[in-house]
Amino acid sequence: MRTLAVLALLARRNLWRNHRRTIIMLGAISVGVWAMIFMTALTRGMVNEMIKDGISALPGHVQVHHPAYRDDPNINNLLPASDSDITQTFEGAGFKAWASRIKVPAVIMSERESRGVTLLGIDPARERELSFVSYDDVEGRFLKDAEDSGVVIGKKLADTLDTGVGKRIVLMSQDPDNDIADRGFRVVGVFHANMESFEETYVFAGKATLQKMLRVGDRVTEIVVLGDDYRDVEPVYKKVRDRVNDDVEVSRWFELNTYLGAMLKVMDGFVLIWVIVIFLALSFGLVNTLVMAVFERVREIGLMLALGMKPVNILGQIIIESMLLLIIGLAIGDLLAWATIVPLQSGIDISAVAKGMEMMGVSSILYPQLRLEDVVLANVIVLVLGFLASLSPAWRASRYAPIEAITKVY
Amino acid sequence: MTAVRCVDLCKTYRQGDQDVKALDHVSIDIAEGGFVCLSAPSGGGKTTLLNAIGGLDKPDRGEVYIAGQRIDNLGKGELAELRLSRIGFVFQAFNLIPVLSARENVEFVMQVQGVAATERRIRSTEILEEVGLAGLEDRRPAQMSGGQQQRVAVARAIVSRPALVLADEPTANLDSKTSDGLMGLFAELNRHHKTTFIIATHDQRVMGYAKRLIRMLDGRIVDDIEQHAS
Repeated sequence: MRTLAVLALLARRNLWRNHRRTIIMLGAISVGVWAMIFMTALTRGMVNEMIKDGISALPGHVQVHHPAYRDDPNINNLLPASDSDITQTFEGAGFKAWASRIKVPAVIMSERESRGVTLLGIDPARERELSFVSYDDVEGRFLKDAEDSGVVIGKKLADTLDTGVGKRIVLMSQDPDNDIADRGFRVVGVFHANMESFEETYVFAGKATLQKMLRVGDRVTEIVVLGDDYRDVEPVYKKVRDRVNDDVEVSRWFELNTYLGAMLKVMDGFVLIWVIVIFLALSFGLVNTLVMAVFERVREIGLMLALGMKPVNILGQIIIESMLLLIIGLAIGDLLAWATIVPLQSGIDISAVAKGMEMMGVSSILYPQLRLEDVVLANVIVLVLGFLASLSPAWRASRYAPIEAITKVY
Repeated sequence: MTAVRCVDLCKTYRQGDQDVKALDHVSIDIAEGGFVCLSAPSGGGKTTLLNAIGGLDKPDRGEVYIAGQRIDNLGKGELAELRLSRIGFVFQAFNLIPVLSARENVEFVMQVQGVAATERRIRSTEILEEVGLAGLEDRRPAQMSGGQQQRVAVARAIVSRPALVLADEPTANLDSKTSDGLMGLFAELNRHHKTTFIIATHDQRVMGYAKRLIRMLDGRIVDDIEQHAS
């Protein structure tokens, strides 16, 4: 401890001795750290959007179905409880949002084209927080209530069917007796979504209207519940599980969409690998800087040993020097990352490559996500691995024989 | 009491294809408070003997004792502790730490010893004044002349009042006036604090200050005489 102050002083002064080399190294560390955090934020943002889009594409955080519905999503696999009983159970239970729906495969036909779609019977008031559709960004209007007799379709589907607001279409599905259930609807709205596939797939109708068309009385096919954080879904899952009978299936979002669940896990591993790979590139520069610094100071190191400094103090001095370099580099890198990510958090438009990204389930606006855990991870990894990388040159310096070092001729 | 005792020291260096005997069965006893000059032509073995006494170099054979403690078999850490607590060094080249100021260089050993900051400040101010460097405390080595640098090195060696000072050609880069001033300081410390000085030198004027003069040739002691210091 008694030598710590002098070691710190020497490390600080030595760091600025060859200021050009130090600045270059600091630049490399800062850019490396910035790249670690920035790329992690972009990737986190991308995955976050994928998951949020995935969740808003109707799964919510937790869903309740008839046990056979997920394998065979047809109208025969209705939930056993009536919609009014469901409302009684879930209303006022403290969920952020919840809704019951009818969701069945159907065929939509215009006078020119027909397409297979997913037909959703909803109560628009309940779906507002759950849906990917912004009610205010609808050409025409969105559904008024569960009894609304119109339908809202996506822009892409409208183009494909060559139809639009005010025109009529026919929706056809099956009733519980496997008879055709069909009905003509007027298109009252055309919605826009981040993902073209959503515009192509989903058709919204009033829940009560669909219940009548499909002849299912007061029954629905699924309940959707939204919690506060998709990463912490267990409390919501338990709460839902406690409120329903054992004859229904309760699923978390990552069970409903296993691809997104896997992406989330892969992402954590990817961040770690990415940070380590960048550090490995940096470590060559760091070790080289320290080796050069030691090589240039052999005589001084010999002098300090001769004057009574212990080898362990020399080791400490080189390590402090390395840590100082890394800490300054980290601080600059962290600041750079913060300064570049925060202004971009309102969204980066990547629509130029949106088609390719959409194949991966990513929307055309990317929201970088700066997470404290990722910043801490990058900083800790750089410090720990930097410490390990500096051990070798520091060890070499501490092993010099004083008299050989003092008389060293370059 | 014996300050330094060397028993049958031998040290051989390899120089090209030849073995050079730097120390050839050297044995000496130096009493506490001694003021000894080692004199030898270049390659005569005086620096090697100083390094062996200071624990900077290990002899091939023989034993070295400092204040009765055998040191030639100590580890690096123990030797460092011994040098820190008991020995002051003045090297042939100035050997200051370039990133530290004159004061910081002088305070370096005290700082490693754990001397409190106020005490360090008082002692460094005094010693720099004694060696004639008052006002130059904040200069870095690169901003000082050779003589000034050597005086800083001397100040560093004696500031913590070590029992033994080993000096290798301390006046080699000094003018005669500064050289006399420095030797006068050494003699005073020797007289008042009983500090033992072993000085390797070619300089006849320096030899004049010594109470004992040891002449070496080809790694052997050829002459060992007591004399009256000037």
